[in-house]
Amino acid sequence: MAKKVKRKKRKHLSSSPTALQILIREFKKDKLALFSLLSLVVVMFGVFFWTYNFIDQESLMRISLQDRYAEPGGKFLLGADQGGKDILGQLIVGAKNSIFIAIAITLITGVFGIMVGLICGYYGGWIDNLFMRIIDFFITIPSLMLIIVFVTIIPKYTEIHFILIMSLFLWTGTARLVRSKALSESKRDYVKASKTLGTSDFVIIFREILPNLSSILIVELTLNFAGNVGIETGLSYLGFGLPKSTPSLGTLVSYANNPLVLQQYWWVWLPASLFILFMMLAINYVGQALRRSADARQRIS
Amino acid sequence: MWKTILRRLFIMIPQLFVLSILIFIMAKFMPGDPFTGMITPETDPTRIEELREKAGLNDPWYVQYGRWVGNALQGDFGKSYTFQRDVSDIIGERAINTFYLSFLSVFLLYLIAIPLGILAGRYQSSRLDKTIILYSFVTYAIPTFVLALVFLYFLGYQLHWFPTSGSVDIKYEEGTWGFFWSKFYHILLPAITYAILGTTGIIQYLRSEIIDTKAMDYVRTARSKGLPMRKIYTKHIFRNSLLPIAAFLGFTITGLLSGSIFIETIFGYPGMGQLFISSIASRDYSVITALVLLFGFLTLLGSLLSDIIMSIVDPRIRIE
Repeated sequence: MAKKVKRKKRKHLSSSPTALQILIREFKKDKLALFSLLSLVVVMFGVFFWTYNFIDQESLMRISLQDRYAEPGGKFLLGADQGGKDILGQLIVGAKNSIFIAIAITLITGVFGIMVGLICGYYGGWIDNLFMRIIDFFITIPSLMLIIVFVTIIPKYTEIHFILIMSLFLWTGTARLVRSKALSESKRDYVKASKTLGTSDFVIIFREILPNLSSILIVELTLNFAGNVGIETGLSYLGFGLPKSTPSLGTLVSYANNPLVLQQYWWVWLPASLFILFMMLAINYVGQALRRSADARQRIS
Repeated sequence: MWKTILRRLFIMIPQLFVLSILIFIMAKFMPGDPFTGMITPETDPTRIEELREKAGLNDPWYVQYGRWVGNALQGDFGKSYTFQRDVSDIIGERAINTFYLSFLSVFLLYLIAIPLGILAGRYQSSRLDKTIILYSFVTYAIPTFVLALVFLYFLGYQLHWFPTSGSVDIKYEEGTWGFFWSKFYHILLPAITYAILGTTGIIQYLRSEIIDTKAMDYVRTARSKGLPMRKIYTKHIFRNSLLPIAAFLGFTITGLLSGSIFIETIFGYPGMGQLFISSIASRDYSVITALVLLFGFLTLLGSLLSDIIMSIVDPRIRIE
């Protein structure tokens, strides 16, 4: 019996905790991060579920003047806007659109940035030089202005265009990060050993280097997601984001550009603003917790 | 030192060149030209065609580009067709307003960030430190337009502490004390908004810098020879950790430029950011191209400024 206990103990000591275990431990320790994660999951699923099951988009967008600026409570839980349209329904559909667009941009920029970063970092040479110059260029241009100009010159503009324009300007950060990590990784012994064994570059890059970067990439993508929600809602707020047919959280906030709405009908713009704020805080908080579990140095302090 | 600056200036030239070509091509894709606004049902189409020919709009694109760049280098960005005035004049007026706003923003930014960063670093992992970290986290996450709107609503419209739009009250005459005060009063809330949003980087940098410096050997030496802690902080630690903060100035300028688009639009402040949005709305493409080019130039200048300050402050960088 005693022997068994001893063996168990030794086993526990000898194996370092897996990434998942560290992650769970980190979230257990930080209750706020756990709460952020759970509420984010609930909100994201809730918003998608609600839009596709309970909301009739056509009746939501129908204008009824007798409900103009209806106050919260009564017929509408969160009141109505200038056209007598339900704010709560618009909030949910807007949140769904904003989250969907942000996820799409995060995935596109993530995949492209990771590919470019890995190839530049692993091969170096002229291809690295070329892409680094391109990235330098993208960093020094006023990208927000150029996105706005692009949005205005594209005829028959849809949300696909918006996703592509945003992705065009936002892949550089991930690419730079992955490149620097891949560069240091490709000098490690395991890569050299693998090369000597005759492993193909493709396998080294995607099966050996990439898994070692996975924890950093999860953090990066989470924080990018938060950033993309911010940029999309900001542009939609200015009127250069999602097309009019797809309401976004930013579209709801943009009603506040009318000083009358801003002053007297707070229920039109404030819930959407608070929703954006909640999303940004929660995603960033989860990102911080992920970063702590990905990087041991951050955990000590 | 001068070599570094010159080399950086040379790198800027191709970047500006590529940016200018990009902007020029985009402007060509924009619907309409300076004469579209003049077309009425009575206008003779041949007359418009004549004007186009005269303005050189029918030339091949590289000829037009060459002319545009040539004029731009002399400070002539053409005419705005909504205002019917020189673009450089319009931008000039707005640039001064944006400059005032940026100046106050940067001042307030450092005024808030430096004490907070120092306190957080000095009293590491105290309750004060945790509060400051929370503050910097929240201000990092909150989008510009949300904070600006909430401030405008509560401080401007509900409490009436601040004016809600414009750059100056029209009842004051230029040059008087009241005029100056009113101008300052109008930029105060936008500047505070920007300053609060921009503090995160400096606070976190200063905090970790001070925490690192605390463990340095020269600080231990100072302590062991009996120097009071207060003196160690003011004479040794702060002096070393504060210098690199100066290099943030360049990045701050870059951030200010993109922030100005939101902040000036929301607070109705007649600066360059607001001019950009209104020109986009009226498709005033000579103003748009000039503004994008100017912002690109200022962004490059900002990063150059950061590098120069950094190489003055930290000699190790100069060697590279």
